[in-house]
Amino acid sequence: MIDIMSIASGMFLLVGSVFTLIGSIGIVRMPDVFTRLHAAGITDTLGAAGVLLGLALKAGFSLLLVKLLLMLVFLLLLNPTACHALARAALHGLRRPWMD
Amino acid sequence: MTPSNTRSVLLGTLLSALWLMLSGHWDVRLLLLGLLSVAVTVWMARRMGIDDAEGLPVQQLPRLIAYLPWLARAVVASNIDVARRIVTPSLPIEPVTVRVHADQKTAVGRVVYANSITLTPGTITLEVEENSIEVHALTGEGARDLCTNEMGRRVTACEAH
Repeated sequence: MIDIMSIASGMFLLVGSVFTLIGSIGIVRMPDVFTRLHAAGITDTLGAAGVLLGLALKAGFSLLLVKLLLMLVFLLLLNPTACHALARAALHGLRRPWMD
Repeated sequence: MTPSNTRSVLLGTLLSALWLMLSGHWDVRLLLLGLLSVAVTVWMARRMGIDDAEGLPVQQLPRLIAYLPWLARAVVASNIDVARRIVTPSLPIEPVTVRVHADQKTAVGRVVYANSITLTPGTITLEVEENSIEVHALTGEGARDLCTNEMGRRVTACEAH
């Protein structure tokens, strides 16, 4: 039972880390601020969710679990808000989106 | 009980539950301090007038929670798509900006829709207007998916009473 939880937790942590890495690579590879924000979105969603859910499985039923899940809820509410603020500021700062 | 009193009681209950889960202390003196801080917060929220339908959308909450599984699946699918594009050496992206129709009646509904669009990798909300949202999409495919308005319809369904 404990082993299954550890393996599941490890899988989530691995998925989260891989997506965080891909998101970071994306930030370097993308051509402009808007497309970079798309890459950052990967780290914000599957990256953060994978790591936090992996840690939540390790925490088991405890107050720690509640705090980890609250962190996830706040991340999923606040990251898009910050992302939108950045994109909007870039647009109003007269950055024209890069087109192929 | 007036609607505003009901809201205050609900806000107090939610804040108390949050306080208990975050502290984990059951000492009487600490519980009294928690109760005091909840009371002050509820009083301030009432004074500032932020405990309204926008600050505490109780009617929509169950429907919004029912919307989450669909959103989660959409987010995971687009995560995988964008991740695949990033690791492809030729970087197959074709960024476009589109204006999508937003027929949500309430501010809460429009914010949920705009937030869902940004949360999904591959689409970012650039500007929220009265009945439309300007979106930057990483691919034409992502823009077309958004134009089918499936996400918009699901969010609109959340705000119906």
